[in-house]
Amino acid sequence: MKQGVVEKVSGPLVVAQGLLDAKMYDVVLVSDHRLVGEVIELRGEKASIQVYEETGGLGPGEPVYSTGAPLSVELGPGLIESIYDGIQRPLDAIRAATGDLIHRGVSAPALNREKKWEFVPTAKIGTEVHGGDVLGTVQETDLVAQKIMVPPGVEGTLAALEQGSFTVEEPIGAVKTADGSELALLLMHRWPVRRSRPYVRKISPSMPLVTGQRVIDAFFPLGKGGTGCVPGPFGSGKTVIQHQLAKWADADIIVYVGCGERGNEMTDVLMEFPELVDPKSGKPLIRRTVLIANTSNMPVAAREASVYTGITIAEYFRDMGYSVAVMADSTSRWAEAMREMSGRLEEMPGEEGYPAYLGTRIAEFYERAGRVICAGSEGREGALSVVGAVSPPGGDLSDPVVQATLRVVKVFWSLEDKLAYKRHFPAINWLTSYSLYTRNLDSHLRETLGDEWIAMRDAAIALLQKEAELEEIARLVGVESLSAGDRLILETARSIREDFLHQNAFHEEDTYTSLDKQKALLSLIMHLDGRMKEALERKVDPLVLFAVKVRERIARAKFMPERDLGAVLAIKDEIDQEVDGLIASVTADILPTTAEKT
Amino acid sequence: MIKEYLTTSEVVGPLMLVEQVQGVKYEELVEIELPSGEIRRGKVLEVDQDRALIQLFEGSWGVDVPNSRVRFLGRGIEIGVSPDILGRAFDGQGRPVDGGPELIPDARLDINGSPINPCARDYPSEFIQTGFSCIDGLNTLVRGQKLPIFSGSGLPHPQMAAQIARQAKVLGKTESFAVVFAAMGITFEEADYFLSDFRRTGAIERAVLFLNLANDPAIERISTPRMALTVAEYLAFQLDMHVLVILTDMTNYCEALREISAARKEVPGRRGYPGYLYTDLATIYERAGRIKGKKGSITQIPVLSMPEDDKTHPIADLTGYITEGQIIMSRQMHKRGIYPPVDVMQSLSRLKDKGIGDGKTREDHSDGFNQLFAAYARGKEAHELAVILGEAALSELDGAYFRFSDEFEERYIQQGTEEDRTIVETLDLGWELLRTLPASEMKRVRERFLKKYFLQEAE
Repeated sequence: MKQGVVEKVSGPLVVAQGLLDAKMYDVVLVSDHRLVGEVIELRGEKASIQVYEETGGLGPGEPVYSTGAPLSVELGPGLIESIYDGIQRPLDAIRAATGDLIHRGVSAPALNREKKWEFVPTAKIGTEVHGGDVLGTVQETDLVAQKIMVPPGVEGTLAALEQGSFTVEEPIGAVKTADGSELALLLMHRWPVRRSRPYVRKISPSMPLVTGQRVIDAFFPLGKGGTGCVPGPFGSGKTVIQHQLAKWADADIIVYVGCGERGNEMTDVLMEFPELVDPKSGKPLIRRTVLIANTSNMPVAAREASVYTGITIAEYFRDMGYSVAVMADSTSRWAEAMREMSGRLEEMPGEEGYPAYLGTRIAEFYERAGRVICAGSEGREGALSVVGAVSPPGGDLSDPVVQATLRVVKVFWSLEDKLAYKRHFPAINWLTSYSLYTRNLDSHLRETLGDEWIAMRDAAIALLQKEAELEEIARLVGVESLSAGDRLILETARSIREDFLHQNAFHEEDTYTSLDKQKALLSLIMHLDGRMKEALERKVDPLVLFAVKVRERIARAKFMPERDLGAVLAIKDEIDQEVDGLIASVTADILPTTAEKT
Repeated sequence: MIKEYLTTSEVVGPLMLVEQVQGVKYEELVEIELPSGEIRRGKVLEVDQDRALIQLFEGSWGVDVPNSRVRFLGRGIEIGVSPDILGRAFDGQGRPVDGGPELIPDARLDINGSPINPCARDYPSEFIQTGFSCIDGLNTLVRGQKLPIFSGSGLPHPQMAAQIARQAKVLGKTESFAVVFAAMGITFEEADYFLSDFRRTGAIERAVLFLNLANDPAIERISTPRMALTVAEYLAFQLDMHVLVILTDMTNYCEALREISAARKEVPGRRGYPGYLYTDLATIYERAGRIKGKKGSITQIPVLSMPEDDKTHPIADLTGYITEGQIIMSRQMHKRGIYPPVDVMQSLSRLKDKGIGDGKTREDHSDGFNQLFAAYARGKEAHELAVILGEAALSELDGAYFRFSDEFEERYIQQGTEEDRTIVETLDLGWELLRTLPASEMKRVRERFLKKYFLQEAE
């Protein structure tokens, strides 16, 4: 191991002299505390190192050891249900080792070295294998079976493969490579976080990632393998949306990256997820979740690495053919960590002090998402979806991080504090948000929910847009001066907002709505709208009409349990009954008068 | 043996550069002896080979280049703690200012602390009754939360903070409780208000005070909140006490930070504040919380005054991104004579959902507050409408909402400086106000609560 000497310490930046064999992005260990750092700049014999731990107490003259390898994560059984810091150190193991506070220089292997995993081989000895080919499976939790694959870059003839219990470091078999040497196969392997894992090719997303959140699924859906962002000022509910997606999205694996956010939020996830039950499998949600927690008070450089750690773990599961979703909360903190390091390197700043390469880094990160044909001879299809929260200062969307993000992501859920103040949650603005996946996903939705769903949804969006226009007019001339038809639009739009889009994340039934129930709820509102239009044509008094009792039933329908879908749909009959009654009473009133005239 | 250096080469603002040093460590504590014999303190901001950049804590007046003796102490900044610390007052550097003797410490703790492992945190879920309806009912505070007050110049945040400190309690429990109060750059009068309030109510005996007033060196403020929080951590996690930390005024702290950043010629972020302001503030605010298996807790109420009442100002903005909600004061309500002038629409407690409900406050709390918010928002809309159309032109329902929002401000939000409402009183008052609206409007209330609390039918 080559050794250098510390020359300068300035916050998380350490400059070392004499690291002759260091390469860019190599991991080095600083001082005898062995603090983990990464080479981010090389100038002659001087290497600038960003250190992932507190640097207090370091000084010139202390040694720096080079490891000769880039920052990598360990991939193998044991990832699920783990909670890691930004450079994949297991926080629970660190707690066991050093107590409630995180001290520096602690190291613990990311994957448990003692635990034995039951490996069931599926590959045949003697066959040619390449990177990505499945060797067998390990049932990691009752929700996740890990496919153990030939590590990328390895190829040859499978010389040995055994069934049995292994730790992640014990050989399960061997590959005879072209040069005749034998390479041991383990349950785990390493992969550098800053390089995306190989795949065969990308394809466009065509399946929706169903999240159970009505405004998202119905109006601004995310495709499996797609990218989305949630920018919003503080208090607008970014984190709640991220948590809701992590809880209810129909992905096989969730990787949740808490990047520079609150400690208590990670605790919330840790305590709540084991108790929440997956609506499909009935198993606790934590059994498909990997958590990366680098809270705001943890070292800033490790925050920069945390999003890469998260997405690399996600890519590993994608390679198995799973649908994986990464939630990164918040990418602004990641960008700020970049800005801090850039400032310490005395680089020429771009906008708002952010480095000029901010946009490139953000684009690179989101481009690691996608629906792909995975590496390996099988042609498996995997998908990696990424949703990043962005926290622009003052909620100002001209912020460089928001703008750089919007250039690459396809879904924009715009959170607005005005809606949040009215306690309209999720506070996603239905006028400014967009999803570029709608077209791609519609053919699938047509098959599952029928053409009428598409028509209904488009009509609802059109109504909301019309409402915005009418409200301007109503503000000037008063609601009373609007025509009855326009007032119906306002009434229905209000109902769409309050009874459909508004969703309470903390209500036991309302927190998740299946697509079928979403369709049922929206169909009630649109059905009432249709019937009311008819009633207005038959000259029913608008004030009487708009006060129908069935309104309240519609408002409460979202709180009805999923299993009572029939009862939800049955409200349609109540709508018909009440509106028919009103129409009949008007006709009865009018008929005698017309009779008199004749 | 500690070496003394006479090799100072530059003094610029609060920074000084010392050359030809050996063995200096980053963040090390430094003592500077002036020719007059006076001792100043500082810390190492950067070491580059044999040059050390030092940030002075007490300003640079009187420091000269040839004669200042610089000693590096080989440790970070520490504060001595012992159970006797309760009832004491210190300056911003941790020196007693109450005329009492020096504390004999049981331990000396590094004021920077260490981050709590997210795995070791216990989720805050114990309801704290502050006696304010606008907090207890709508923006519930829980133990281990950090809930700042966003105020402005001339608004009654000292009164509100003092009243919270005085009234805060956890229902049905008698546990040891302490207040740690850190003043950063506030005026003598404001500090005196807190002091006399603590004295009057006897709270002073279980309080620890750190006072850096407006005329004290601004640079001292950098370590004041960290001293306070180190003491709070000691009381909470070693002596099992429930600690309420009041930090006022964070705006002054941030300005001191900007001063140092400017002196270092760093690339500024927004409005000249350093790019690492978020990270720096997080190292303060994140020191609130609870730890699994420990009895004590730290609840933080930082107070900050928003320049020009602008909550998008970097200080308020970044604070809001770190803390678990915010209580925002409104100048408009203050002018209308409402105390506390809390803008409940913009205020928020992120942890309230875990701290309310059956067994904590009451089963109907969540539905009730959702409905109150919705109704108040609608009432505010009706007010806007009335401005354009006149009150008489409002529909019957809008009229009801119009009156509701007035009643709500005058009876629910408004209360006396000595009025300590129980949570049951607050919740019942909420239902009483809601009853001025028709039952069909109670869309956010579950049926059984509607019957029990709104219609008051016997079960």
